[in-house]
Parts: sequence; C-alpha cells; structure tokens
Amino acid sequence: MLLAEAVAPASELLAESEFPGLSAAFAVEIFILAMLAATAFAMIRMRQLFGVAMLSGIYSLLSAAFFVALDAVDVAFTEAAVGAGVSTVLVLSGIALTAKRELPVDRERTFLPLAIVLVVGAALVYATIDMPAFGDPNAPANVYVGAQYIERTPEDIEVPNIVTAVLASYRGFDTLGETVVVFTAGLACLLLLGAGSIRGGGRHDDEEH
Amino acid sequence: MLEFILARYNYWIVICLMMTGLYIVFARGNLVKTLIGLNLFQTSVFIFYITVGKVIGGTAPILIENKKKDGTHGGDHGAGHGESHSEAPVGFVSSDEAEHLVSEGAAHEATDPSVTNQIGYGQPGAGGQATESLHLQPPATPANELFKDVAGDAAHAAGASSDAAAAATDILYSNPLPHVLILTAIVVGVATTAVGLSLAVRIREAYGTVEEDDLESMDNAAEVAEVAR
Amino acid sequence: MGHLILRVTIKLLFAPIILFALYVQFHGDYGPGGGFQAGVTLAAAFILHALGFGLDRCQKVIPPGWLPVGMALGVLIYAGTGIYTMLLGGNFLDYDVIQPDSHHHAGQHIGIIVVELGVGLAVAATMLQIFYAFAAREPEPMDDAW
Repeated sequence: MLLAEAVAPASELLAESEFPGLSAAFAVEIFILAMLAATAFAMIRMRQLFGVAMLSGIYSLLSAAFFVALDAVDVAFTEAAVGAGVSTVLVLSGIALTAKRELPVDRERTFLPLAIVLVVGAALVYATIDMPAFGDPNAPANVYVGAQYIERTPEDIEVPNIVTAVLASYRGFDTLGETVVVFTAGLACLLLLGAGSIRGGGRHDDEEH
Repeated sequence: MLEFILARYNYWIVICLMMTGLYIVFARGNLVKTLIGLNLFQTSVFIFYITVGKVIGGTAPILIENKKKDGTHGGDHGAGHGESHSEAPVGFVSSDEAEHLVSEGAAHEATDPSVTNQIGYGQPGAGGQATESLHLQPPATPANELFKDVAGDAAHAAGASSDAAAAATDILYSNPLPHVLILTAIVVGVATTAVGLSLAVRIREAYGTVEEDDLESMDNAAEVAEVAR
Repeated sequence: MGHLILRVTIKLLFAPIILFALYVQFHGDYGPGGGFQAGVTLAAAFILHALGFGLDRCQKVIPPGWLPVGMALGVLIYAGTGIYTMLLGGNFLDYDVIQPDSHHHAGQHIGIIVVELGVGLAVAATMLQIFYAFAAREPEPMDDAW
C-alpha cells in the first residue's frame, strides 16, 4: 500500500507532465541558476580580491543549494563545508599574503579570451543537443552502473546511504586514491610554505635585504 | 521545441557558468584571481555532473528504511506481475539474504539482464499508461505466500513499472555515482587550490608581485641581464 | 584582535561544530555525511577558533607537529584496512572477510566505519595543516592597502 502510494505520484508526474521541467522545482532551479550566473558575472567585474573571495564563497553556497535541489545531499554538504567554509578562508589568507587588488587589464587583451570562450561555449551547447533530456531516468549515465549500485547496495552492503556504500566499499580504491591526493596536496603546502620551506614557515627577518 | 529547451536549459546555464570561469582564467593576469576563476570553473563542472545524474521525480540516494524492515520479517513478498505481451520471468531481486523475490513481469527488454537497472528507476519510459498494478500487503502474512500479485487494471501495464514495485525499490533514486565522484573531487579540489595558492605566495615573495605581465617582464629583464653579463 | 561579539559566538559554536563533525563522521552510513565532510567540518571548527582567538592559542590545542602525523595516520588507516583484509584472505578492501559469518554484512559496516575514520582523520589534518601553513606565514609589507 505504502509502496504503491509512493509510486503513484512519481509515475503520474512522469506521465502527465509533458514538460519535465515545469514545476515548483523548476522555479527554484531557475532562481538559483540566475543567482549563480549573477555571482559569476560579478566576479569577473570585481577587481578587489577580497570581494572576489566573498563572491566565490557565495557561489559555493548557492551551488550547494542547487545540489540539494538536484538530490545530491552529500555533495551539497561537502560543497557547503568546503567551498563556503574552508576554501574561502584559504583564499583570504592567500590574498593576505599576495595582493589585495588586481591590476586593470587592457581592453584589447580581453578580446581573444572572449572569442575563445564563446567558441568553446558554442561547441559545448552544440554538444548538449545530443544529450538526453534533463532528469531522464533512461539516460545512459543513469542506467548502467549507477542503477546497479542502487539495486545491489541493500543486498551487498546493507548501508542505507548508497553514496557512502559506493564511496567506501564499491569504489574503495578510488577513495583511497583521493585520500592520498589530499594527503599529497597537504604535504606540498607544507613544503612550500611550512617548516620545510626556505623561510622556515613564518619568520620574516631571515632575509637580508 | 519548448519541451526541448526546457529539457536542456539547465545544461546551457551551467555551460555559461563554466565559460565565465574559463574567461577569468584566460583574461585575468592576477594569479590569485586566476585561481579563483579556476575554482569557479571547477564548481560549474561539478554542477554539470550532478545535473546529469538527476532523475526527475527521484529522491536523494538514501534508501528508505521501511523496505529493509519488511524484508527481514520475511513476510512481505511484494511481487506483482503486470501482465503484458511478453511473459519471460525477469530475474531475481532479493531484498534480504534469505528471500528472493521473484518478480515476474515483463519489461520491454525482458531478456536483457539489465532489466534490473530499470527497476531502481521505475522505468517511466515503459509508457504513460503504466497504471499501478499492485499493492503490497502488510508484513504479517504467511511467509510461503510468495506471490501477492494483484492484477492490474491495465492489462498491458508496463512490466518494468510493476517490477520496480516488486523489487521494493520502487522509490526513484537519483544516480548516486556522480555524487560519489564529485564529493571526493570537491575535497581534492580545495586541496589542489591550496597548493596553487601557496605557489602564488612563493611567487609573490620571490618577485614582489603576482601579476602575470610584471612577472614576465621581470623574467625577460633578468634574462637580458644574464646575456649581457 | 577580534571583536567581542565574534569571540562569544565562536565560543558558543565551537563545541557544537565539533560534536556535529563527530555525528557526521559516525552517522555517514545512515544519512548524508562521511569522512570527507566530517574532516572538513572538524577542521573548520579549529580554523574558526584560530580566526577569532589567534593562531597561537589554536596551536596550543593542536600543535602543528601533530598534523603531518595525523595526515599520514589517516591514509595508513585506510590502506591498512585493505592490507588487513588481504591478510584475512580476501581481496584488498574486501570488507566481507572481516566478519564472514555475519548475515547482515557486519564486515562491510566495520570496514566502512574504519575507512571513513581514516578519511576523516586525513582530511581534517590536511585542511588544518594547509590553514596553519598559510596563517603562520607572516605577510610581507604590501604596497597596496585593502
């Protein structure tokens, strides 16, 4: 009963709505996407790097909201913690150690990048014409291994959170690799800035000039 | 046409965002701003991945609990079979280690082992006329009553739709695979961004600037001085 | 340094953030969360503390020397789980051999918890290490102001 009830709205929705996008979710998504675009454009124009770092944090938070709208709660959680939290702090401390403002760029020099970006963007948009529709359950990306994970997790792992099951068990090698990459990156930072670096991690007076 | 646009506007806006990040990387000379632009590009690619994994009508890929409880009681064998034009038994879908639910019914690709794929997603492609052809009994029923099939109203109810219910994973879940990939990529992304930033810090300490043009002219001047000497 | 309101807020938030990080760490099987998120959240708690009260006081709680050890230990816990399952006769990271008799895949649960613990430790230590590296470095005199 319960299950049948749960199925009904989903299939009804799919059967009735001719336009898969038109719903309350559509309004939320278009709103968040508009905010994301506005933030991104503001980031191009702003030359004060403190403001750019803040906008980057806002962008991360908005994208976390968008991830929730797209059912990716784990990703949203990570993005909110990393993008809006740690990453912003790191960029700010990087700015404190480098420069507060960026120098203005010549008008002529923006032309070539703009052309490249437009061409690449047009190519990508052209590619989306062949892509399956947004949210299509039968899209190739959604039917093979992803569906197998959903199907098998209750039997193989018995962990309710499929993302955790895939992360730690099915794709354990992958995650081990990612952990090693994070470890290596931390080590690289330590070598570049920390106790192992030339200035010994902080004392500024060891330079002659 | 409108349908076509509505099904893809997401992609286009996300591509716009990606290109914004790429533009910052190309056009700006400040190394820190370039790194932030790279971050923007990266986040937009993440959004694109997650967009691809979204299933309309789906929910977050965290299994709903009641299904598991029912399964361990061993009583609830919700196996519905929708009647349809092809009668091949589709496959075994076990909901716990002891019991197998034989889901009988037909998908369009009935002989295809990948039919289990469609179970998880409820196969809406099987046709709009897929009406619900089953309901499940509460778990107090005898265990040997294996099929609690309830004939559907629609004679040709899409088999996969009833399969989905039979597998008791009738709830649509979004694809978890992109989530896993992006989840780890976010953390790796911030770590690599930190490496980039620390390189920028070292460059600033060595050259006194992080503007690409100044760096290049200083390098050129140093080279010229080297040659002159 | 630091405003009074900010400091009081940070003091109030510090313990709940750590508690939340631990919840996320150990509840990752059942809800959203896991080692990556927990590690970042835990590091964020200490970063917040360092922002409000200064790096020195934060480094008294977690000395910088611990962090490389934590990073390495996290990766070693993860890889060690794989080695352990190999010693038990299974494949690398094949958690089922930890408790082969279990009907409820207890081995998988144990394996996932241990592995996530390693991930959480590695990520938290790395994030804090990166922050320490940046924050401990004294800025050179700037020619431009904010």
